[in-house]
Amino acid sequence: MTGIDYEPFAPALPPAPARLLPWATVAAGSLLTALPFIAPAPILPPCGLLMLLAWRLLSRFSLRLWAAAPLGLLDDLVSGQPLGSAVLLWSLCFLLIEFLEQRLVFRDFWQDWAIATGAIAFCLVGGRFLATPLAAPLDSAVAVQIGLSALLFPLASRIAAWLDAKRNRP
Amino acid sequence: MAPVRDRRTGFSRRRQYGLFLGYVLAVAGAVLGAALLLASRFHPPAFAALRMGAASITAPVSGALAWAVGGIASVPASIGNYFAVHARNKALIAEIERSRALLTRARVIAYDNRRLAALLQLRERGVEPVVTARLVSSTASSGRRFALLNAGRWQGVLPGMPVRGPEGVVGRVVETGPAVARVLLLTDAESLIPVRRTRDGLPAIVAGRGDGMVEVRSVGSSVRFAPGELFVTTGTGGIYPPGIPAARVVRGGLDAAEARPIALPDSLDFALVQRPFMPLPPPPPGRGR
Repeated sequence: MTGIDYEPFAPALPPAPARLLPWATVAAGSLLTALPFIAPAPILPPCGLLMLLAWRLLSRFSLRLWAAAPLGLLDDLVSGQPLGSAVLLWSLCFLLIEFLEQRLVFRDFWQDWAIATGAIAFCLVGGRFLATPLAAPLDSAVAVQIGLSALLFPLASRIAAWLDAKRNRP
Repeated sequence: MAPVRDRRTGFSRRRQYGLFLGYVLAVAGAVLGAALLLASRFHPPAFAALRMGAASITAPVSGALAWAVGGIASVPASIGNYFAVHARNKALIAEIERSRALLTRARVIAYDNRRLAALLQLRERGVEPVVTARLVSSTASSGRRFALLNAGRWQGVLPGMPVRGPEGVVGRVVETGPAVARVLLLTDAESLIPVRRTRDGLPAIVAGRGDGMVEVRSVGSSVRFAPGELFVTTGTGGIYPPGIPAARVVRGGLDAAEARPIALPDSLDFALVQRPFMPLPPPPPGRGR
């Protein structure tokens, strides 16, 4: 990602891989739960959600509006949350971003970051209340997880931008 | 970024219908998610087959990754061992000398125990292990505390079996696939294990908190817990065999105290799956499903 990344004569990806690439990166983010360690508390950021938001906010035609539901289903299968929680929360996030996009006329990366942080907080807090009883003392752990995820969003955004540049070269 | 103007569909019916259908499908996705959530709330094992299908693919990958990471991580330790071998040898010989007396005493006590149990005509239920396997990965991004075990129905692992490490209770099996099983760790917020205090046999319950610690709750009223007290399983409930260490109190309290699980799953090499201590009797014929 260093040096000159503008290569005007490099060939663009063929259409099928170009369409598949966003789906594949979101699925790969969800599958990071397969990393071989036994976490004592929820500490891993929801990497699938981060990639999903990065793609959605960076290039809005890379994923269809309905793509959140099937990708959320895959995330639910591997994340340990009750099946349906990511399907619901990710779909709501997509609709919310769609709504915001129509209101917010000019958008910069800072606004994207703020929207993504809000969406991450919504999904993590919602997922925590859908999955675990109210009495469980998980609030501080979830707050740390939200902070970590918000800090990781620029990285996810960078990855998405790098792949997006490969996807559709002029 | 400039405002997006590409939302306008113009006079193209195809684009108008396409955009509308996109919204309909997105809302349908959210509704489907809510329906799935309700189904999994009222019947938790509903989608076990789907989850175990996904886990059957991820667990071997996690196992291979764990093997590779373990191999690389053990290199510095091996080099250190090579240089420290003489000092360690001396220390180990000294330790054998020290523990010989203790071993003799333990053998005498074990013999006494056997003799007394025979006198009382106690019948011990054998707790033979089903399989020894590795915990390969966990739900690190979720508030639930599940781990994947590298053995499943083909190895004889069934839902409801207790899982223990060399030091203490790890959890119990909740879902099984062909070669993989999902273990509910004792730190999960929905795990409850009946225990008793080793000092005086006071009954209590170890409940998970979800953040890596557990809570010891008293069954009676106004019981004071002190730091350092050890709690072992009772065998009540029929899942865990009695006498397995479960938790040690970290911070004292009245009626409830914060405790640390004895077996830390993240430092575990192997987990032992056992048969349920007292399996539930089969349902009477002609009734139920």
